Amino acid sequence: MDESSLTPVPLAPELSLQLLRDMVRIRRFEEACADLYGQGKIRGFLHLYVGEEAVAAGVLHALAADDAIVATYREHGHALVRGMPAGVIMAEMFGKREGCCRGRGGSMHLFDAGTRFYGGNAIVGGGLPLAVGLALADKMQGRSRVSACFFGEGAAAEGAFHESLNLAALWRLPVLFCCENNRYAMGTALERAHAETDMAHKAAAYRIGAERVDGMDVVAVYEAATNAAAAVRAGSGPRFLELLTYRYRAHSMFDPDLYRDKAEIERWKQRGPIHNLSNRLKAQQQLTEEAFLALDAQALSEVAQAVTFAERGTLEPVADLLKDTYTEPVA
Amino acid sequence: MNAPARVSYREALREAHREALRCDARVFLMGEDVGRYGGSYAVSKGLLAEFGPERVRDTPLSELGFVGAAIGAALGGMRPIVEIMTVNFSLLALDQIVNTAATLRHMSGGQFSVPLVVRMATGAGRQLAAQHSHSLEVWYAHIPGIKVLAPATIEDAHGMLALALADPDPVVMFEHALLYNLEAARPSTWPRVDIARAAIRRPGTDISLVCYGGTLWKTLEAATALSAEGIEAEVIDLRVLRPLDDETLFDSVRRTHRALVVDEGWKTCSLAAEVMARLGEQAFYDLDAPLARVCSAEVPIPYAKQLEDAALPQPATIAAAVKRLLGRP
Repeated sequence: MDESSLTPVPLAPELSLQLLRDMVRIRRFEEACADLYGQGKIRGFLHLYVGEEAVAAGVLHALAADDAIVATYREHGHALVRGMPAGVIMAEMFGKREGCCRGRGGSMHLFDAGTRFYGGNAIVGGGLPLAVGLALADKMQGRSRVSACFFGEGAAAEGAFHESLNLAALWRLPVLFCCENNRYAMGTALERAHAETDMAHKAAAYRIGAERVDGMDVVAVYEAATNAAAAVRAGSGPRFLELLTYRYRAHSMFDPDLYRDKAEIERWKQRGPIHNLSNRLKAQQQLTEEAFLALDAQALSEVAQAVTFAERGTLEPVADLLKDTYTEPVA
Repeated sequence: MNAPARVSYREALREAHREALRCDARVFLMGEDVGRYGGSYAVSKGLLAEFGPERVRDTPLSELGFVGAAIGAALGGMRPIVEIMTVNFSLLALDQIVNTAATLRHMSGGQFSVPLVVRMATGAGRQLAAQHSHSLEVWYAHIPGIKVLAPATIEDAHGMLALALADPDPVVMFEHALLYNLEAARPSTWPRVDIARAAIRRPGTDISLVCYGGTLWKTLEAATALSAEGIEAEVIDLRVLRPLDDETLFDSVRRTHRALVVDEGWKTCSLAAEVMARLGEQAFYDLDAPLARVCSAEVPIPYAKQLEDAALPQPATIAAAVKRLLGRP
């Protein structure tokens, strides 16, 4: 830890601890997912958020309960922080009926109507137009809600990104664009995919107020998201946050991670979002090592209970295979 | 003010939009040039003045973006109608229709429905060449999670929109570009239609001719010509391309024992192929002759009139195919 990372945390102690707790919950949840994948309990594609926890925790705590969330295929952390029970998420990944989507979505497609969590989208950039539309519905119906859309810097190369930013800016829609720039689109490094590597600059070209934020610092993320969400809610049109972050683990469980330097990963780990916050809180006497260990134990216990819940879950009967293809059954 | 005595397919659609916009504050129309321009096929002409730019919303040329936004708006409680100028441009929005609109309900375990209506012009016949002449209805009819409509008559053009809007799931509606100018006497009241059944547009006893959209009128013309030669063809308008109404098809074939499908799509993997497969699977023993079809030639639709005409099903080619099937000279 260098000195500058021990800058004071200007948040209420309770909120600081909640941010820390949620980052640890995500970390422990994701580590468990990796193990369970190894055991064959979770199948399909699995993308872990380890290293990027500050982004979901910081942004989601800046939002209100009736705001909408549109996320990506790397969304366990967002679902967890948004308030979906860990067991329900885990059961979904186990393909169980008790999962949020009754085992029809899996890791990449977590949905929850109760918390306005609109997925879980496995098409890169696919969620951006959706968030624009949710915001359009709010604007047309006179509601002051925010639609927050998470996507990676890889999505910024898609047409959907440019079309969505243009529409949101043109119609002054209440969208909070959250670009999780983790520097790699699967195995393709930022510089190898983008002529302009500054995502906030791209957004500014659409006249959207945009800001680059240290995505390894949950306090910075929370403060930037709070300000941006307030501006969006006030009706001044969309805002764009580029959250500079890094994933410690491979893109997915199928990725041998051969395209980046191990030293680069280690360098980013030195700036880990959990240590970043816990050390600062310790320095200002808001956290003891004992308290941190207790918080970690609590997260481990929550995950263990989630796994038990998922293990005990039941299987959707094959007779219900076609259910929910349409609202009313179609011959 | 008395309503004019005649009404066109275009006007019927426009009236359906007007009624929908009047009846339900959640309904809005969006698409390229639907507002100030009045719609590229003039369907929405005058609606901007009546309902304003929020509800008759011009979009930039962003098919993927605005179709995706309509899906989001539907999730947010609105009832959007999206006009995509033509099926050709809908390919730019295919991702949102196929990967999002069609999947969302199932993938979310039934939590989120997408009450979205996507309308688009389709078909060839106006010398618009290879990129403006597609009939890709079957691409959409392939996809579970959406419903596909093809209004071929003025009554359907009027009646299907409200039903599509009332449907809780995504509905894609194809309007053959040659039908917009179709005209008929205005009915005293609009008939009720459904979006469940195929329709027998001409009863007959000798063969079932199955068609939809723009080919209905060509097929009816062929049937009239055949009648003069003593062949009575039954003409079935599919109307709903997904889900297909098997019963009406099977029932007709049980009576006529022969079937020919007319489809402006290309033959390979066409909707005609699907109809024939169903008849082969489930009506095989009712058939007295092999199944047959008249489709578009397997070529990008050419510009020159004689080439375009030759590429598309025509009344004469339909009639000739029927006679071949019946072993008539």
